[in-house]
Amino acid sequence: MSGNSGLGDEVDKKLIVVLRDGRKFIGMMRTFDQFANIVLQDTIERIYVGDCYSDKNLGVFFIRGDNVVILGEIDPDREVQEKKLKKVSWDEITKAAALEKQKKEEEELLKRKIMTESGLTIDSILNIDDF
Amino acid sequence: MLFFSFYKTLVGKEITVELKNDLSITGLLQSVDQFLNIKLKDIKVNEEEKYPYMISVKNCFIRGSVVRYVHLPADDVDVETLQDHSRLEAREQKKQNKQHIEQQKQQQTQTTAQ
Repeated sequence: MSGNSGLGDEVDKKLIVVLRDGRKFIGMMRTFDQFANIVLQDTIERIYVGDCYSDKNLGVFFIRGDNVVILGEIDPDREVQEKKLKKVSWDEITKAAALEKQKKEEEELLKRKIMTESGLTIDSILNIDDF
Repeated sequence: MLFFSFYKTLVGKEITVELKNDLSITGLLQSVDQFLNIKLKDIKVNEEEKYPYMISVKNCFIRGSVVRYVHLPADDVDVETLQDHSRLEAREQKKQNKQHIEQQKQQQTQTTAQ
C-alpha cells in the first residue's frame, strides 16, 4: 500500500510510548501489529513533574493498541537537551506527582463549584478523565 | 476511503494535529494508513514546556483514534475535487440502494409465484 504508515521502520528502535492515562513508557520496540499493539523490551516508566523526572525499570511490556496515544522515536541529538531536566529518586517523583494531582483536583473542584453557582452543570465534562 | 485518499494527497505538507489530550503537534506528514493513523516528521510541539517528554522526539506515530483536529494548509486542499468525490460516492450509494430494493422486489415476486 502506498503511503503505508506501518510501524516497520520503528522496529528495534528506542521509543517513548504515551498512553491514554498519561503514562510514559520508554523501551525498544520489538513487535507490532495493525492495531498498534506493541511489545517493548527493557521498558522503563518515566514520570515527569515540573523540571524533574524519574525512571523505573519494568522489563518486557506488551501494550494493547487502544491505549496508545503517541509512539515517538527518541532522537539521540534531542535527548541531550532533555538532560537539562533533573533526575530525582522514584519515591520523590511519586510524591511530587501525587501532590500535583491533588492540586489539580482541588482546582477542578473549585472550578466546578463556581460553574454550578453560576448555573452551569458541567459534570459530564469533568467526569472524563481519560479519553 | 475518501479521507484516506485525501490525506495521501497531503503527504509532505506541514500539518498541525491536535490530540484529545490537548497536545498539539506540528510536523511534516510522512504517511497515513487506512485507520488514519498519522506519521509526522520533524515535529514541533506547541506549548513545549508543558510536555517535557516530547523534547527528545523528532518523528512520531499518532494513533488515528486519538486525533481531535487536523489543521490543514488551506492552499493545498483542493475543495472542488473533494466535493466531486463525495458526490460520486453518494451517487454510487444511491445506485446500490436501488439495486438492493429491486433485488428484494424480485425475490418477493418469486416467492409469491411459488
